[in-house]
Amino acid sequence: MYAQMIKTAGTGVKSPEEMTEEERRFQARVDANEKIEPKDWMPEDYRKTLIRQIGQHAHSEIVGQLPEGNWITRAPTLERKAILLAKVQDEAGHGLYLYCAAETLGVSRDELTEQLLSGKMKYSSIFNYPTLTWADMGAVGWLVDGAAIMNQVPLQRTSFGPYSRAMIRICKEESFHQRQGYDIMMKMAQGTPAQKKMAQDALNRFWYPSLMMFGPSDKDSVHSAQSMAWKIKMNTNDELRQKFVDQTVPQADYLGLTVPDDHLTWNEERGHYDFSEPDWSEFYDVLKGNGPCNVDRLTARREAWAEGQWVRDAMLAHARKKAATKVAAE
Amino acid sequence: MTRDQALFEFLCRMGDNTLILGHRVSEWCGHAPVLEEDIALANTALDLIGQTQLWLGLAGEVEGEGRDADKLAFHRDAWDFRNLLLVEMPNGDFGRTLMRQFLFDAWHTILLGRLMTSSEPRVAEIAEKASKEAAYHLERSADTVVSLGDGTEESHARMQAALDYLWPYVGEMFVADAVDQAMAEEGIAPDPASLRPEYDALLGRVLKEATLIIPDSHFAHKGGRDGRMHSEHLGHLLTQMQWLQRAYPDARW
Ligand SMILES: [Fe+2]
Ligand SMILES: [Fe+2]
Ligand SMILES: [Fe+2]
Repeated sequence: MYAQMIKTAGTGVKSPEEMTEEERRFQARVDANEKIEPKDWMPEDYRKTLIRQIGQHAHSEIVGQLPEGNWITRAPTLERKAILLAKVQDEAGHGLYLYCAAETLGVSRDELTEQLLSGKMKYSSIFNYPTLTWADMGAVGWLVDGAAIMNQVPLQRTSFGPYSRAMIRICKEESFHQRQGYDIMMKMAQGTPAQKKMAQDALNRFWYPSLMMFGPSDKDSVHSAQSMAWKIKMNTNDELRQKFVDQTVPQADYLGLTVPDDHLTWNEERGHYDFSEPDWSEFYDVLKGNGPCNVDRLTARREAWAEGQWVRDAMLAHARKKAATKVAAE
Repeated sequence: MTRDQALFEFLCRMGDNTLILGHRVSEWCGHAPVLEEDIALANTALDLIGQTQLWLGLAGEVEGEGRDADKLAFHRDAWDFRNLLLVEMPNGDFGRTLMRQFLFDAWHTILLGRLMTSSEPRVAEIAEKASKEAAYHLERSADTVVSLGDGTEESHARMQAALDYLWPYVGEMFVADAVDQAMAEEGIAPDPASLRPEYDALLGRVLKEATLIIPDSHFAHKGGRDGRMHSEHLGHLLTQMQWLQRAYPDARW
């Protein structure tokens, strides 16, 4: 999940009696699974929450290029290099669709970017972990994209039209991302002893951070209840995390890799795996900026933005000159 | 030198250009000035790597010693690389990267156009596919060179500096040796010098619109396409690109 700990604006779910007439009509449309479009009336808190959520999601796609970009120049074969390039290019494209969806809510891409760079807006905690071996390219595709898909598939049905449409486009590409990741893991897990070691090490390092992607338990949160009533959040964090564990454990077994959790057991009664919670104090540390790569990731983005200033200025200046010559010629 | 030996050399030149430039361009991933440029650069790198697979794949086939494209890419040392010095030059700022791309794309497009009528059908086939991509790269890089050259005072100065820095690496594209003569005689590839008039015309047009001045010098650094003397930069690039294959030679990826 690329949107974590999104603070829902407002005071929680209102009863129909507490709602204004407009709010009641809006909620009825959401309940009837109608799509809300940018020009439609919407509660201010709905708009604000969506900007936070879509913005954070977009930022995650952008910062998410970095850990994988880290291996493009070291990819071990031409085909792997091409696949990884295509994948990272897709992620940049996802960022673009999402910024466009956010723009329909009245916030510009530049404004959102400034908020990312100033630290006011966050991106997913997962991208603050380093990619240390080639097997990490497998683990990221398999686990990180896998967790993202868990969250994004239900969001295809979200109430806000542009967000829903962006999710539909993105989900098509995400399944390719997960497959290529699993394919790398398979090659590594069935490879030489050194490759197997890399594969297990990657799973060890990425398992708990992947579970953290869903955010801490929110089943009793009033904010989550409001987001769910608005259908911009479709499941609780725990539901999605459980689904992810249930899907992933058999895949790890198939690879012959061990999930780093001594308490992991199949619970016949529940029909789900029981598993250990990640270390939530580590999660909060990462959110506060103390993850292993927070500083590097933000620095990379800030430098790219600052060093690109002259390019953006020049492109704008040139476009203006061209427009002026066109007017003069008319 | 037999026909196939010359053809192998020629194919390595084609494939090494796209391999090394593709690598350089991919270094930008996640660091471009705007999102659209990040996407475009990744796309360019992706096309170039795809072309590399075709050229080096065919090179291995022609050589007939069981080397495939990966073997050629990851298991040769610098002196066996046959790329132009231009493409191994470090990225520098975004302006220099795009200027290098433009100087290459202009030549690449013209060359691929000629190769489409090569007497060697396998060469013509690759050229046909690659030329569509190259035409798109050229459109983009030329547009960007124009916008940045004719943008602000700062961007103009940066682009002029990029052109001045890269200009001595342009001449190598047009110098013929025994390999080129053999290719021309067989009708496989054109004489490199024959591409120059069209290249100069194209450059003149775009750089004029970009308000940039082509340096008044014909001096050319050479040594890339015949492998005689690469720059110091290539070795560093290879240490990164080839590291996994070299460190784990018995692994399959
Ligand atoms: Fe994505
Ligand atoms: Fe992703
Ligand atoms: Fe993805």
